[in-house]
Amino acid sequence: MASTVANDANLAKVAKQNHAMGWVRGFVTSSIGAKYVMAASGLALVGFVLVHMVGNLQVFLGWEKLNAYAAFLKSTGSLLWVARIGLLVAVLAHIVSGLRLAYLNKQARPVRYRKQTSMHTNVFARTMAVSGLIVVAFIVYHLLHFTLGVTNPADYALEDPLGRHDVYSMVVRGFQQPLVSASYIVAMALVGMHLSHGATSMFQSLGLNHPKYNSLFSKVGPAIGVLVFLGNISMPVAVLLGFIQPR
Amino acid sequence: MNITLHVWRQKSAREPGKLVTYKRGDVSPDMSFLEMIDVLNEELAAKGEEPIAFAHDCREGICGSCSMMIDGMPHGPQDLTTTCQLHMRTFKDGAEITVEPWRAAAFPVVKDLIVDREAFDRIIQQGGFVSVNTGNAQDANAIPISKEAADKAFEAAACIGCGACVAACPNASAMLFVSAKVAQMAELPQGQPERYRRAKKMVDQHDAEGFGACRNHYECEAACPKGISVRYIAQLNRDYLKASVAVAEHAGRSSGPG
Ligand code: HEM
Ligand code: FES
Repeated sequence: MASTVANDANLAKVAKQNHAMGWVRGFVTSSIGAKYVMAASGLALVGFVLVHMVGNLQVFLGWEKLNAYAAFLKSTGSLLWVARIGLLVAVLAHIVSGLRLAYLNKQARPVRYRKQTSMHTNVFARTMAVSGLIVVAFIVYHLLHFTLGVTNPADYALEDPLGRHDVYSMVVRGFQQPLVSASYIVAMALVGMHLSHGATSMFQSLGLNHPKYNSLFSKVGPAIGVLVFLGNISMPVAVLLGFIQPR
Repeated sequence: MNITLHVWRQKSAREPGKLVTYKRGDVSPDMSFLEMIDVLNEELAAKGEEPIAFAHDCREGICGSCSMMIDGMPHGPQDLTTTCQLHMRTFKDGAEITVEPWRAAAFPVVKDLIVDREAFDRIIQQGGFVSVNTGNAQDANAIPISKEAADKAFEAAACIGCGACVAACPNASAMLFVSAKVAQMAELPQGQPERYRRAKKMVDQHDAEGFGACRNHYECEAACPKGISVRYIAQLNRDYLKASVAVAEHAGRSSGPG
């Protein structure tokens, strides 16, 4: 068959698009592909946040349980690192893609309306980038506090009677300081806000929208948001009120 | 009734614009919003002033020309209504009404309330059609189509391309428009051969035009005068994913190995 110049150009374009790196890059930078990146990384982060919370709630069961759990996590060795790297990749993809989209979306409306009236969206949806960024700042502080012990070296060095890293005492001593507890509580409010839109929005981004399930999807975000907020602040609140006592 | 209008006036794309206030007495509640501006324009012309430029054509809610942001909402506060079908009785006596053009990088202002929506035409040119070889028209029922499929296609096809979805979107995204134009064919057997290629090319053109990325605020659905549902956006997301990761050909011809 005779091939025209235009056709040859098209075929060259197709070949380029079908080259692996070509299409992967094209996909993740497209407006819809970026949505999948946000939703998939967001889903991984939600999964982590829930598991992390359930694990930490063992602080209510006493120091033996919590310290044994911490020792168990440490003992998984390379598996722990697989999870950490996976999380890091998800967080980086989420932040880079989220900030890039926030920037491009600003560019898409260079002149703003003098008057604009919201008809459906809410404040949580509109503040995703802000709530997300504050949460990142908190995550950095949280890692310096409990994971690396930079902000509290004395508490971090504690050992329990079995010679294990005394996570229980470190957490209790941390939360006994009202300012530290307050920063955790505020951060959890922001995570709750972020998830109350994000964990519902995720379904639509992944292409899941069905009249039979939409009312369920619309409740998942607020439910996870409230659950994560209440579950996590229960720990600093219980320490401050004296329900959780030092070892 | 008495109303006060604050209307965006801008001579051309290059000159800066501003809101200009017009006090109106004796407005009939039975006038459409456009008729109310027509009367104002006659008075402005009689005084030797430049009338307010606005786009309009059918004045019966089907052409999608009458784009204006009224009090911060595309086509004004009434649901499922274009500006030409909006009546002054919707407003309270003594109301102050702000009128602005659509705001989006991809919809530059031409003059006053008129914006250039050719970006939509370029998106359609990328695949908003079914390629057929010409010949005799088929028998009407030669291709069986279920009632459900026909209804869904028709719902999507109700899109009049007015741009209200872009105007309302906090990110100036045109995903509702693109999803409707893709879905009206994705729902039908005639649309299948080009289904994924169409989704890919139209979305890529959407992005290239400088529209924003959809973040699921659903302002578009609330603003759409035809009530197009955001579920078409979810469907477009799935089709675009499939087109990107599973379909090996987008430019209109498949090439075999070697
Ligand atoms: C690290 C800082 C973070 C930033 C900058 C950030 C930013 C964003 C942004 C801009 C969105 C898009 C919202 C939209 O589509 O309307 C988003 C969505 C989301 N985020 Fe985050 N976020 C961060 C952290 C987190 C964390 C820690 C979690 C999990 C606990 C999370 C879970 C989600 C989920 C589930 C979505 C929904 C994805 C979707 O709409 O498809 N994010 N985030
Ligand atoms: S003028 Fe045609 S839709 Fe309003």
